[in-house]
Amino acid sequence: MNWSSWLLWGFLATIVLTTISAGTQGLGLTRMNFPYMLGSILTPDRDRAKLYGFWVHVGAGLVFSLIYVWIFQALGKAGWWRGTLIGICHGIFVLVVIMSLLPGVHPRMASERHGPEAHNLLEPPGFLALHYGIQTPLSILLSHAVFGAILGAFYRLV
Amino acid sequence: MRRTFGASFWAEIFILVMLPIALVIPKIKDYAVIGDSRAAALVSRCGSLDWLCWPRFDSTAIFSALLDPEKGGHWSITPTSPCRFERQYIQNTNVLETRFASGSGQAVLTDLMPVASEQFKRTAMIADHEMVRRLICTEGEIEVRVEFRPRVAYGEQPVTLRDHGKLGLRFESGGGVYWLRCNRPLRAESDRIRGTISLKRGETLEFSLSYAEESPAVLPALGERVHAAIERSVEWWQQWAARSNYHGPYREMVTRSALALKLLAYAPSGAVTAAATTSLPERIGDTLNWDYRYCWLRDASLTIRALVGLGYMDEAESFLTWLLHATRLTQPELRVMYDVFGGIAPRERELNFLSGYFGSRPVRIGNGARHQLQLDIYGEVIEGTAQFANVKKTLDRATQKVLIGLGKHVAGHWDSPDEGIWEPRGRRENHTHSRLMCWTALDRLLALGEKGLLDGAPREDFLRERERIRRQIETRAWNEKLQSYASTLDGDGMDATLLRIPWYGLEDAGSDRMKLTYRRICEQLGTSDGMLYRYARQPAEGAFGICGFWAVEYLALGGGSLRQAHGLFERLLSYGNDLGLFSEEIDPETGDALGNFPQAFTHVGLISAALTLEEKERGEPHPAEETGANTKSASRGMRV
Repeated sequence: MNWSSWLLWGFLATIVLTTISAGTQGLGLTRMNFPYMLGSILTPDRDRAKLYGFWVHVGAGLVFSLIYVWIFQALGKAGWWRGTLIGICHGIFVLVVIMSLLPGVHPRMASERHGPEAHNLLEPPGFLALHYGIQTPLSILLSHAVFGAILGAFYRLV
Repeated sequence: MRRTFGASFWAEIFILVMLPIALVIPKIKDYAVIGDSRAAALVSRCGSLDWLCWPRFDSTAIFSALLDPEKGGHWSITPTSPCRFERQYIQNTNVLETRFASGSGQAVLTDLMPVASEQFKRTAMIADHEMVRRLICTEGEIEVRVEFRPRVAYGEQPVTLRDHGKLGLRFESGGGVYWLRCNRPLRAESDRIRGTISLKRGETLEFSLSYAEESPAVLPALGERVHAAIERSVEWWQQWAARSNYHGPYREMVTRSALALKLLAYAPSGAVTAAATTSLPERIGDTLNWDYRYCWLRDASLTIRALVGLGYMDEAESFLTWLLHATRLTQPELRVMYDVFGGIAPRERELNFLSGYFGSRPVRIGNGARHQLQLDIYGEVIEGTAQFANVKKTLDRATQKVLIGLGKHVAGHWDSPDEGIWEPRGRRENHTHSRLMCWTALDRLLALGEKGLLDGAPREDFLRERERIRRQIETRAWNEKLQSYASTLDGDGMDATLLRIPWYGLEDAGSDRMKLTYRRICEQLGTSDGMLYRYARQPAEGAFGICGFWAVEYLALGGGSLRQAHGLFERLLSYGNDLGLFSEEIDPETGDALGNFPQAFTHVGLISAALTLEEKERGEPHPAEETGANTKSASRGMRV
């Protein structure tokens, strides 16, 4: 395994993923702010949560990119389209599984069973994170596909 | 002689057709609401559950006899012999008790959606959504007729009930599963249960109806578990009510309004829905039937005023967070209404298979006003935020950014015609109230800046535009001939929203102009008992619930005396139903409720009026005096 290549392209792919995610939020495609969602696990302060969440997201990106790299190594080849395919699978996994598990593990997120207590909680993402905007799945799939494409295109196998 | 079919002829026909229906359809004010801050149900005075949408307020109804006694489903538990009905909520709760007293015996029906703390829910298996109905015979013997007849999709389709023996009855709809369990054997027909059951003193009849979108669903137990669920729910609501720090006059009515508001708040997101129903008519037999199961931003400042004023800071913060962040996709533009998760409310559809409440057709779901332009909502949102910030003394940077974006939008667009607060489906006009709220938006942003809570706002632009709006209102909204402010610039119509001018601090309530305006509003929009129509309309609709409470606040703020304000407030309270619930409008002749029910807007109006009365009695400042930037000039008032 090429550790330096993983570290470099895993980090850069995560940065691009975060940028696309923030860009689609800025363009009004989705309300979802991934760094805030992750960072609010650690602190209720919105500003700090985004900062902490950014670094948690970078860490998570590196962990996930390790899985991509293992798959490339196992296949004996990488390539942008293989990376894109894995990225789309990864995006679907995030949308279908991670989002539905999140209210159960996030200490500051309500579930759709929450109530009538009203603490200031984050709204739950709902199926495919549609509660954060109808185009949220598009944003997640796109950002993860690009994440995979970058890793696939630039990771150098040993 | 040739007969002409004039208005009186059709009125006779209407009465002949409607009279038999009137004997079986409860009046709107005969309903009580129960819920769990995620969904709500309406139960009639005689024990019929005629409205239930699961899992959310705006989901499709499985019981909708409210809108069509034939096609809409219902779930009734009613004595077979003639009896007297009495009902009440268990004190300071949303748990309903209906007492049946017949010649042979008495019974108490308890209706609720069980609630519990999140801590308890982590330790027990709880159904996702549940409705509990328990009948206890308290004296003698009583026979009741039970009819359980759900119909999915607002009654469009029957259900297929499957009998699972001791587990209960099951049916599926829209990807979810419903389970009905009872402590007595139930014999199901294909789509309903019908039967009579006799109870002797001390015997109970218990039902649990639950709904789940995930399987395996939790099957709630009966017996002791039902008793515990009721106890727990009563305790939860009473503890919630006890958190109120309101100790002013009319506490019981204020608490009931707070409980109704809490029930209409959607806990998972913090949104507050306008009402629990759709298409209850503003005029019986007419077409003014709208879907109110969404969240209107026009209610924002009063809702936050009510929640903050009563000390429910968690609820206020949840609502504000929803308000500022769930609406993010459309910012800096705001829509008139959103669904509970900040999505655009669905497009309007007519359910033509339903006959409507008392023949009031069409029944509508979704709302066509969702794309209207209402400039007043910016002021509502910003004023609400300012009230909250005034207590919390802080605003995070993301919120500041949102507020500045909204302020810039107001500064650039205030001088445009809009549909206005009442959402008429006609042409846009230059509404005085919309200008007032744009002035309020900029004024509050300037005030937040002065207090150091808002950084980076273009102060000079906001100052300039605020003064332009003020000048426009003072010159073009004032009608010399009428000697009153008018509902539109250069217009001559009256509108009850003009009473809000002092509330937001643009002009003193005791100014000559406001006193003349109040007099003109009473002349043109007042009923004999002090209620107000929102505007002049032919044929007339009902008096608008919240407008009467606005008049109370106007009087208390200096437009009249505190005594006058109390007198009017007490008269208005008498128009709530026996449980203290209000709909949107009131028929001034009969006192009947009109429009969707219960209506959050009316209840926040009631709470706000009570808070204003309390503040004035204690000599405390009104919120506008604390959230406004320019209170000195605002209180100046205009001389005629």
